[in-house]
Amino acid sequence: MLRDITIGQYYPADSVIHKLDPRTKLFATLLFVISLFTFRNPVGLGLAAVFMASFIWLSKVPFGYMVKGLRAIVVILIITALFNLFLTPGEPLVKFWIFSISQEGFISAGKMAMRLIFLIIGTSVVTLTTTPNALTDGLEKALRPLNAIKIPVHEIAMMMSIALRFIPILVEETDKIMKAQIARGADFESGNLIKKAKNMVPLLVPLFISAFRRANDLALAMEARCYHGGSGRTKMKPLRYQKRDGIAYMIVIVYFGVMIAVGIWL
Amino acid sequence: MSMILDKVDYKYSPGTAYEKHALREVSLKIEDGQFIGVIGHTGSGKSTLIQHLNGLMKATSGAIYYNGEDIYDKDYDLRKLRQKVGLVFQYPEHQLFETTIFKDVCFGPKNKGLSQKDAELKAFEALRAVGLPENLWYQSPFELSGGQKRRVAIAGVLAMKPEMLILDEPTAGLDPKGRDEILDQVAKMHREWKMTVILVSHSMEDVANYVERLIVMNRGKVMLDGTPREVFAHYKELEEVGLSAPQVTYLMHELRRKGLSVDVNATTLEEAKDSILKTFGAK
Ligand SMILES: Nc1ncnc2c1ncn2[C@@H]1O[C@H](COP(=O)(O)OP(=O)(O)O)[C@@H](O)[C@H]1O
Ligand SMILES: [Mg+2]
Repeated sequence: MLRDITIGQYYPADSVIHKLDPRTKLFATLLFVISLFTFRNPVGLGLAAVFMASFIWLSKVPFGYMVKGLRAIVVILIITALFNLFLTPGEPLVKFWIFSISQEGFISAGKMAMRLIFLIIGTSVVTLTTTPNALTDGLEKALRPLNAIKIPVHEIAMMMSIALRFIPILVEETDKIMKAQIARGADFESGNLIKKAKNMVPLLVPLFISAFRRANDLALAMEARCYHGGSGRTKMKPLRYQKRDGIAYMIVIVYFGVMIAVGIWL
Repeated sequence: MSMILDKVDYKYSPGTAYEKHALREVSLKIEDGQFIGVIGHTGSGKSTLIQHLNGLMKATSGAIYYNGEDIYDKDYDLRKLRQKVGLVFQYPEHQLFETTIFKDVCFGPKNKGLSQKDAELKAFEALRAVGLPENLWYQSPFELSGGQKRRVAIAGVLAMKPEMLILDEPTAGLDPKGRDEILDQVAKMHREWKMTVILVSHSMEDVANYVERLIVMNRGKVMLDGTPREVFAHYKELEEVGLSAPQVTYLMHELRRKGLSVDVNATTLEEAKDSILKTFGAK
């Protein structure tokens, strides 16, 4: 169940998308995410869907694997949809007690849900096709200009890469501790909310201890290897744009232009 | 009364790029009261196998019967099974969470539904059995040394009074003294509490002296299964899969090669000594 969290997990495969420069992918995702908020009609939605479907297909990551990431946000999705459904003013379609559903509410709930789903799937394509290291490398390089206004870009990138790196480790650790406590008769499923929360203690205490221990070990290991921040640090494999990156940029910009146009004129 | 595994097969993340066939048609019969060692190279499927024995993992295919009942049956109570089959994970000290050692050991028996008093009695017995000095019992478990923490964690499972005790690499990361102490204690519990004990290890020397039956795992399969004597007779094959027989086995073979008619199947130092002395006609 915990293994269903695919956000931040790399899926190895040999595809064009995998080979793209991480900066290209980050830029593309940014435009894709913005484009999700430009459309107001099914044409834009359809375009976004086609665009997304094509890069999912190119990435060679099984679709089922990508959708798994959605399970983590089902609750948020439902809440958002419900709020939109009931709280959008307009001509009521259905009415019962104090609730009423309008056509506008129906449409806006659907739109919001689609946006969220596209957002998660779109961004998980990046994390699934890019190793955490490449991702933070790309971020660091793309954001380097911010150094000028005293933003510690390297440090932020390092923290992000460590955080990403630790997600699967902590998931595994949680799984292990959970099993160990279940073997001692712990029960994480039954009972009401308060009881459930209390039952989490045997899981959370060891988990926190282990997270702190790991953080401590890592800090020591970094210091032992003379880590001293970003200044003067060079890369073994510096990022370089290839021809395919140029093509990708062009495709993405054209897509974005079309989406804007559709948003304005349709 | 026994546990039977019938062609147990297990795959991690089936149908993805990470698919891993960890167990391949493992069939075993574990008799009551046996002291069994499971050995195999890292990644051979030992940990995966033992997590099937108390129903924490469900076989992709195959069946497991405990005392004649199918544990995958819809009506079978897995919680009951987990009380009867106690599993001590690798690095069990990472599961400690209570404010005092004593409370932590009470966790298992309390989950079993015992009263406070009965749970404490069980915890008392268990802590005694693992040989933890009484003056430590009401301290925080996080202040102990690694070896002591591990004993507390083992006591935490023992306190449920399981019929079968499974320990996954209980000696990993301990110094030789800590290792011998834990293994001696386990052997003692096997004798005194009449439990079935399964000891998982990747070290032959660890288990050879203690167990009556050895199961050798290799790439998810049972490669050899028999008494230590029978298993170590295949010491050449063991080497091929990255394991080695105890050093006495090599010594005895070397002596035999040099022309002494010693017993090459001796598995413990004691047996080897007797056999060598006998060839020299002493005693
Ligand atoms: N959670 C997991 N997900 C995927 N593969 C795993 C997982 N745990 C173990 N494996 C794989 O299954 C095989 C058997 O592992 P394991 O049972 O832990 O071996 P052992 O305990 O003998 O070292 C190994 O190849 C390992 O990489
Ligand atoms: Mg293991």
